[in-house]
Amino acid sequence: MLLCCFLTNISLGSVSIPLKEIFSSLLGSTDNYIIQNYRLPKAITAILVGSGLGISGLLMQTLFRNPLAGPFVLGISSGASLGVALVILGSGFLGGVFSTLLISKWSIVIAASLGSFLVLLAVLLVSSKVRDTMAILIIGLMFGSITAAVVSVLSYFSSAEQLQQYIFWGFGSLGNLSWYELLIFSTIILIGIVLSIFSIKALNTLLLGENYAKSLGLNIKQSRLIIIIATSLLAGTITAFAGPIAFIGLAIPHITRQIFTTSNHKILLPAVLLLGAIVMLICDSIAQLPTSDYMLPINAITSLFGAPVVIWLLVRKRKMIF
Amino acid sequence: MESNQKHIILKTENLSIGYKTKKDETVVASNINIELHSGELIGLVGANGIGKSTLLRTLTNVQSKLSGSVHLNDKQLEAYSNLDLAKTMSLVLTESIASKNLSVFEIVALGRQPYTNWVGSLSETDISIINKSLSDTNLNDIKHKKCYELSDGQFQKVMIARALAQDTDLIILDEPTTHLDMYHKAYILKLLQKLAKDNNKTILFSSHEIDLAIQLCDTMIVMSENDVVSDAPCNLIEKGTFSNLFPKNMISFDETTGSFRVNK
Repeated sequence: MLLCCFLTNISLGSVSIPLKEIFSSLLGSTDNYIIQNYRLPKAITAILVGSGLGISGLLMQTLFRNPLAGPFVLGISSGASLGVALVILGSGFLGGVFSTLLISKWSIVIAASLGSFLVLLAVLLVSSKVRDTMAILIIGLMFGSITAAVVSVLSYFSSAEQLQQYIFWGFGSLGNLSWYELLIFSTIILIGIVLSIFSIKALNTLLLGENYAKSLGLNIKQSRLIIIIATSLLAGTITAFAGPIAFIGLAIPHITRQIFTTSNHKILLPAVLLLGAIVMLICDSIAQLPTSDYMLPINAITSLFGAPVVIWLLVRKRKMIF
Repeated sequence: MESNQKHIILKTENLSIGYKTKKDETVVASNINIELHSGELIGLVGANGIGKSTLLRTLTNVQSKLSGSVHLNDKQLEAYSNLDLAKTMSLVLTESIASKNLSVFEIVALGRQPYTNWVGSLSETDISIINKSLSDTNLNDIKHKKCYELSDGQFQKVMIARALAQDTDLIILDEPTTHLDMYHKAYILKLLQKLAKDNNKTILFSSHEIDLAIQLCDTMIVMSENDVVSDAPCNLIEKGTFSNLFPKNMISFDETTGSFRVNK
């Protein structure tokens, strides 16, 4: 299924490429510039983004015992937005040649990582002081609204052109990643996934609630820290490279639970990983509007096609599994 | 031979419990000296707000004591690591669990967590212990049911089975009979009595079912304003401990039947 979506994704685009050519290109017998430098990196990015966001959503929903939690509840995306807003919108204050120099792609990636890292650090510092996990959720949301406020102040003072650039970043984008960037990207995602795998037992124990988990000998603070670090690596990196991609992190864990009707993370984690990748590939295939020259913002597609699926699943099963 | 040589699982000496803040201490109860023996069912009773929960929280190391000592199997309670404590003492709390989507088997299986490997796979020993816990609590028929399909009484049994699967010397239950009807209250307490006898467990529970506790417990701990008394129920009746438990103008204790009456 994943492979099928992967191939379809590569073949569809403004120029349709037959499957036969894809195979020969992937096996290295012929050189196809579009596949090797554009379609393939994009498809791999889609897989990494989909599985990474799905898993971080799953981690957050279990940790906070809250079906509304997603990868961005800790203020990660708002931190990244702030970083990018400072670079794009704030560059006007620096003026002249310096500003055009500043708005390169790497500067946005660095600004996003730095922003999400700083907000996360603040949340971690505060959370080490509080015992209640729910308090961390609220603290994350509070940091989110602080950064949102700063962004709106910044946008009030910036030009229409800068604003447009910032909004385009907010649409999310899976393309434009070079092989070198992809290597860094996938390494960090892999670390995040490995950390999540090591948290499977803790996550299952947390299904009983924190007090029971503690009575079963679980070191709550340590497991909580590992889970939060894994989430921030996954969601933070994805936001840095692909922009704040909505919906996937919240919806994929729910869709997976409805399909597999289990809460056991030994099944959920790999299932979310696969499903996230598949859904992201499908969304990306739709976003590039096959055979046309237009490309829709990926963020719109994920919500536009994903939300009805979740609603349909919930209505059909009549019961939310959590 | 019996009562004198029974192994002491938990012992407190001059234990004082309460809450500590930076500024001052609130003492809930002090001078608590109790001993819990293996194979016994022990009931903890007392009026609302007298400190039953605080005592249980202190004995389970959720909350730190103010002074005195708690020894669990001849070792200071504070000296236990989280994991070692989980292998010695299991809990059944009043709160519900976070995910209602777990099946009965899965919940009971989570009781094996302290013993399983890093990813939590169950060995054959684990599975046989889980199955024994399920059959000891008569849950075999519903072991594949999801938690949200269970009645309150069934759910309480599942949580007891989970504590059994944790394979500990001591099981502590916080008000296991709340929300249950008369029959299920008696059923749960009789089940606990049987488990204590058959599996040589020490089972401590707090409850407001004083009548039932008098009939079923080996030892009772009675908390009142002034002191904490621990003895066999018949001795406590003789001493008149129960008659002082509640305001006498409202409720009086009938020593012949071992039950309370509301004054008309």
